[in-house]
Amino acid sequence: MSKDYLLEIGTEEMPARFIPATLNELGIKAKELFKIEMLTYRGIKTYGTPRRLALQVKGLEGFQKDYQEEIKGPPHRIAYDDSGNPTKAALGFARKQGIDVKDLESVDIDGTTYVYAIHKKKGEPVEKVLPRILPDLIKSLEFAKPMRWGDKETRFVRPIRWIVSVYDSEIIHFTYAGVEAGNLTKGHRFLANKEVEVTNASRYLEILESRKVIVDQDKRRELVWQGIEELASKNKGLVKDDKDLLEEVNYLLEYPTAICGDFDEEYLKLPEEVLVTSMREHQKYFPIYNDEGRMLPKFITVRNGMGDPMGIVRQGNERVLQARLADADFFYSEDLKSSLSSRVNHLKNVVFQEGLGSVFDKCQRLQNMITFISETFDMDRAFMEDARRAAYLCKADLTTNMVIEFPELQGLMGYYYARHSGERESVSRAIKEHYMPRFSEDKLPASDVGKLLSMVDKLDNIIGCFSLGIQPTGSQDPYALRRQALGFCKLILDFNKNLSFEDMWKHSYMEFSDNVELELTWEDVNKPLSEFFHQRVVNVLEDEGYRHDIIQAAMSVGWGDLVDLRKRVKALKEFEKNRSFNVLLTGFNRASNLSQGYRGDEIRKDLLVEDSEKELYNSFIEVDGLTEEMLRTGDYLGALRRIADLSRPIDNFFDDVMIMVKDEKIRNNRLALLKAISSLMSSIGDLSKIMS
Amino acid sequence: MYFQEIILELSKFWAEQGCVILQPHDIEIGAGTMNPATFLRVLGPEPWNAAYVEPSKRPADGRYGDNPNRLQQHYQFQVILKPSPDRVQDLYLQSLQRIGINLQEHDIRFVEDNWESPTLGAWGLGWEVWLDGMEITQFTYFQQCGGFDCKPVSAEITYGLERIASSIQKKESVYDIQWAPKISYGDIHHLTEVEYSIYNFETAATDMLFDLFNMYEKECLHISGRGLVHPAYDYCLKCSHTFNLLEARGAISVTERTSYITRVRHLAHLCAKNYIKTKEEQV
Repeated sequence: MSKDYLLEIGTEEMPARFIPATLNELGIKAKELFKIEMLTYRGIKTYGTPRRLALQVKGLEGFQKDYQEEIKGPPHRIAYDDSGNPTKAALGFARKQGIDVKDLESVDIDGTTYVYAIHKKKGEPVEKVLPRILPDLIKSLEFAKPMRWGDKETRFVRPIRWIVSVYDSEIIHFTYAGVEAGNLTKGHRFLANKEVEVTNASRYLEILESRKVIVDQDKRRELVWQGIEELASKNKGLVKDDKDLLEEVNYLLEYPTAICGDFDEEYLKLPEEVLVTSMREHQKYFPIYNDEGRMLPKFITVRNGMGDPMGIVRQGNERVLQARLADADFFYSEDLKSSLSSRVNHLKNVVFQEGLGSVFDKCQRLQNMITFISETFDMDRAFMEDARRAAYLCKADLTTNMVIEFPELQGLMGYYYARHSGERESVSRAIKEHYMPRFSEDKLPASDVGKLLSMVDKLDNIIGCFSLGIQPTGSQDPYALRRQALGFCKLILDFNKNLSFEDMWKHSYMEFSDNVELELTWEDVNKPLSEFFHQRVVNVLEDEGYRHDIIQAAMSVGWGDLVDLRKRVKALKEFEKNRSFNVLLTGFNRASNLSQGYRGDEIRKDLLVEDSEKELYNSFIEVDGLTEEMLRTGDYLGALRRIADLSRPIDNFFDDVMIMVKDEKIRNNRLALLKAISSLMSSIGDLSKIMS
Repeated sequence: MYFQEIILELSKFWAEQGCVILQPHDIEIGAGTMNPATFLRVLGPEPWNAAYVEPSKRPADGRYGDNPNRLQQHYQFQVILKPSPDRVQDLYLQSLQRIGINLQEHDIRFVEDNWESPTLGAWGLGWEVWLDGMEITQFTYFQQCGGFDCKPVSAEITYGLERIASSIQKKESVYDIQWAPKISYGDIHHLTEVEYSIYNFETAATDMLFDLFNMYEKECLHISGRGLVHPAYDYCLKCSHTFNLLEARGAISVTERTSYITRVRHLAHLCAKNYIKTKEEQV
């Protein structure tokens, strides 16, 4: 009959957001530790609520596996004399290992035979092993924000108040953080606030369930969701799938009961996002909708407890939401009293970044950058005017009551207020969209004006930080510059217009340096910026599915124009599948290896001697002429195909012509030809970097 | 239960748990944490258990008495337990029962909330406690104060008295809370809210306040130099409140804001440092 082991770490309420990852970590680390200790079991499960982390080991064998410890001794030829008798060396080794010299064994290792002492070890019982390793297991759990409590030095996510450690029905004793492990757990804080004995590790879930704790998170999550859906349909409404909120709610309780409350219908006139934010972000409520997708004046909250026969919990929550919505309503109507454009001046008092002026200044810069990029992109005047207007207004909502109260609504409130102030739809939309993409999987803005505004906003943030010497290091990126740079690159690719990184960076830097005193010069900023963007460009192209070596090949001959770079990467990817690629690669490698060190570049026709040499020269002149236009217009695949025509003449050349001849003029002429050819071949990418 | 009964019951409850019952500090402060009975006493190794009401002044939060939930001065009931006892959550929940909150009928949650005060160089981890969705208490394990590690760790429990009273009395507006028989919160505080809002937002003489800030700062540094911790800390508190007034008045630009905060934090750090030193010398 197999026995189970249970470890339960009882804590004060842990932050919901950390629990799922911690349960995962607990399982993984337990498996690693059990493996090292040669403990065998059938399966490991972890369970958690706000007040407990549990590890249940099913079918844990009572002993470690028996094992052998093999200790290497001297080589056989030294351990035994010619007649096969043990020498002093062998006797000494055996004595030291505490075994009879007759029991030494011989093992062949890479052709040499050594003597070995083999110790057969009995596996220890779990009662001895577990107390040794469990404190390490708990200690090994890592938290983003650990804390100390009382007079203890131990750190954990919240104070540890009890520990259950039971193998079958026996306590496995150990002490951690001053808490002695036992077999007493606690029931629900309010429904069964008494200690209860875990009589057997295998009965953990049912014992807690009888004390009103649903410790299995999957089962609890189902109960939560079921309760919400039933209640919604009872109220003739629907809830939208919301995995994140469901997960958070699931780790805020041990025993769920869904409760439906009402709010004043008049608040439905507020923008829906405002209602959702008030309910979801602040109160963890689920909004409900009718079958046309319109919000109902109701909400669902899930309490940690049973029922609400007197409606006390419902009324309390209604009062809280009512107050929040009354505030929101007040802010909204106050905000509507002044036009969005009249707020722009207030931005002079909002600091953008210490040392970089106000947000008002920022909006000025954004407008200038829009003019610069619109001209480069050859956008029409109306587009540019819309984008400039949007840039002028895009941060004005930071001074509204609504955004001060609900910062996550920035951009969105700007959209509503811009529309209300009679701004053009394209301007209002751009204001709404310009923070996108907000996270790595987020969509890009849908409108072109929004895209351009988002681009210059991100660029301004990045260049601003770099101008102050603030750059991401390791895991530290407090201003999310990496994400913003990725978004910026994606937006350029989406526009699909040629634009020089360096021109943009420098232009943006000048926008700062023209107005504020900067300690770092453009040269100081350029280098780290370039290194930073290099990696983002690699990432964005990898995200598009291109291979790392092909990206590297294309980037090593230049990456200053992202759209051009992508064209070259794409051409290389296509061309790499072509059969002539390998032939070309061989020729290229030979040509570039030989001519690498040569400095001259003059090719004189009168110095061409051999036929293959003349043929190669003529082919080169022809291909060079043909590809010039192709390279200029970005027909890189076409150019690569033409260049591949040089393979045969190159092969012939190498077969027939001796390059390093004594006559210096002829030798140099040949090197110059090879150099010209290899540089033509490198105009799209450094082919030698591609791993075929 | 009347507002004053909540204060009385909480005081009795915590006195029974061994806390000394103190009175508010006699200088305007923004939160019970800033009272020297918390800010200084959580430093160093000596045990300390205290409870007191603290009128907490936040000039920028005033709403001329128009808003049902926002006030430029509200009352906190502050408990500080050093070192934090193992049963601290249970004690807190018992205190709620003591003021008539039935733990089964209500929904009570401990929701992650990490507290940080840049001005005090202090931070801690803990929760906001929800009563049927309403935040009624801040519960914090002090990790650092004045820039120094707290050893041992203190537990700080800060009850929002208006929130609790409006929940118990089921009032939509703080002004309707019954303070005592026949006298409401509004009877006592509506006029003060109106007047202070006008003063904080419109009337306060900013030139004078800027001068005062500089004078208070200078005095704090001067007194600190003499090793007198408590008088110096009082001037640090005066600086903090003066800064809050200037901010409410819109007299401090955002660029200046950070440097004012840094100046106050420097004073707080200095007081914390001197306190630890003085205590060590006493031993």
